[in-house]
Amino acid sequence: MIRLTWRQFRFQALAVLAVLMVVAGVLLVTGIHLVHLYDTTVTSCRATGDCARATTAFLNDDHLIQVGLPPVLLVLPPLVGVFWGAPLIARELETGTFRLAWTQSVTRTRWLAVKVAVVGFASVAAVGLVTLLATWWLSPFDSINSNRFSPGTFGERGLVPLGYAAFGFAVGVTVGLLLRRALPAMVVTIVAYIGTLLTMALVIRPHLMTPLTIVKPFPVPNANGGVSVFNFGTSPNDWVLSQETVNGAGKVIGQHGGIGPNGGLGFDITPSGAVKVPGLGTCPGAHLTPPVPGSDVPTTGQDGKAFQACVNHFHIHQVLTYQPASRYWAFQCYETAIFFVLAALLVGFCFWWVRRRLA
Amino acid sequence: MTAALETTGLGKRYRRRWALTDCTITIPAGRVVGLVGPNGAGKTTLLQLAVGLLRPTVGRVTVLGGQPAESPEQLGRVGFVAQDTPTYAGLSVADHLHLGAWLNPRWDEDMAQERIGRLGLDPKQRAGKLSGGQRAQLALTLAIAKRPELLLLDEPVASLDPLARREFLQHLMEAVADQELSVVLSSHLVADLERVCDYLVVLAGSKVQLAGDVEELLATHHRLIGPRREPCTMPSDQEVVGMSQTERQSTFIVRCDGPILDPAWTVESLSLEDLVLAYMARDSEPKRQRRSHLGVVG
Repeated sequence: MIRLTWRQFRFQALAVLAVLMVVAGVLLVTGIHLVHLYDTTVTSCRATGDCARATTAFLNDDHLIQVGLPPVLLVLPPLVGVFWGAPLIARELETGTFRLAWTQSVTRTRWLAVKVAVVGFASVAAVGLVTLLATWWLSPFDSINSNRFSPGTFGERGLVPLGYAAFGFAVGVTVGLLLRRALPAMVVTIVAYIGTLLTMALVIRPHLMTPLTIVKPFPVPNANGGVSVFNFGTSPNDWVLSQETVNGAGKVIGQHGGIGPNGGLGFDITPSGAVKVPGLGTCPGAHLTPPVPGSDVPTTGQDGKAFQACVNHFHIHQVLTYQPASRYWAFQCYETAIFFVLAALLVGFCFWWVRRRLA
Repeated sequence: MTAALETTGLGKRYRRRWALTDCTITIPAGRVVGLVGPNGAGKTTLLQLAVGLLRPTVGRVTVLGGQPAESPEQLGRVGFVAQDTPTYAGLSVADHLHLGAWLNPRWDEDMAQERIGRLGLDPKQRAGKLSGGQRAQLALTLAIAKRPELLLLDEPVASLDPLARREFLQHLMEAVADQELSVVLSSHLVADLERVCDYLVVLAGSKVQLAGDVEELLATHHRLIGPRREPCTMPSDQEVVGMSQTERQSTFIVRCDGPILDPAWTVESLSLEDLVLAYMARDSEPKRQRRSHLGVVG
């Protein structure tokens, strides 16, 4: 059965292998050069302090690959699902050859097991090889200009693409089995894959581990009219999930350091001179000179005090929730495991379906 | 001796439609069995149940004493050529023989090679480029070279031209003679089977209408032509299978173990085709069927 599976799969496998070899060769040669460049320019300039020029110059290296590689990493796992997963069973059902295969001296369980194992392993291996190489290749750039947790980066580096490949393949096989036709199965596979990954990235991933929170007092505009910069002490590689302005009762009254829906400063001064906080009400005792229409909120020392009294009265403070950068590999492992488990469940379903329902 | 195929109360339902109901037959081993019935009668369903591609909704099916497809050994004992003889279009003839060798422990490589050579098939030819007849022959080769004890063929000649039909059946019969195979082959045309079968099963309207040894069936069925009579006046040992009436004359097809003694009848023997058609017609005309049952009372 292994030999038959290989015979059916070998042209695709060898073609992909050839492309992989070329890609790997290019990445290896340019990658070694990049690491060398990074060590000699960026790392060494960090010692002296001013790095802006060296980093900017470095970021222009191998621009084509730098721009082209992330999209490849994005589409590779679903392509595996669409072109290797979906037709795997669907094609046999569509052309009737399953009747030939299932009436040889091999049970259909074994038939499915070998097909899924051989092609599934090839899928994960191909994606894994490209991803590991690309992760290494892109690491100098990543360390300069991006947060590894950002949605565009997290799923295209490290381990998770292996999980995605296994999942995409399993989705393809399952959908192909259910729809019994290759082309519709390919379309449904891509839709199901994108849907699941978006759900994971936007809804589930932030909560894989309980985020940490930092609480800080709400900074009041100072005498010069400026707002003191929030400093929560997080590193640029931490993954900030939310920064909310909250009153003493826990009611959220603003986002991103402001009060009110638009992230504005949020103190309204009525024509009568009363100070209001949107969503909370009028500050007791605060009375200011009404602003000249069209001008900015006048902030004098006196105003600052009035705002501060208001903040104190309502217990307004900032709450930052975030995932620290140190959890990066834990997140990678969790998400990879989740997708491998999903893939295993789908494959298990396929076995049940082939044995019980497709009869 | 265990029966080649034995079913008890076998039925298969696809969603709402019953494709086969209450099918109870015993097909002895060592026979070439023709499974005849109109399109949609349940022939394919019965064969696929026997080979384990389908699972019964109700009832039981036993093949060579075992459950269909229960184990690799059981799968190896039954050869199957599916309708429209599916083959892997992208694989060559030689690849198909490899496939057979890889998947069947009892594979007879010499026989497979010899058959392919005799058929004049180019081993490098892709199966997708073969003609319908060649594809059917390739599928038959795969099914025979795995050395099954029972060979099931689902409408193997339906899509073949007359010459290819004859050639296919000829090869089939050679294999039967060589290997002492039991064979069940289905067709909606009796003419295809007449020359090769010694046992007949007629399936119509999802039910078994008739099953038995061909010679015995031919010996016990007669066409009676004579002055007009109502079927209910027929003697009790003559089961009326079919009839046609004109004002003055009646023609009955009856099943009767003994000789026909009534001198009023002109007795004719039946061809296999007439016999099968009579049983098929019984199902398609339910009113007639009820009346003919009455005739049994006499």
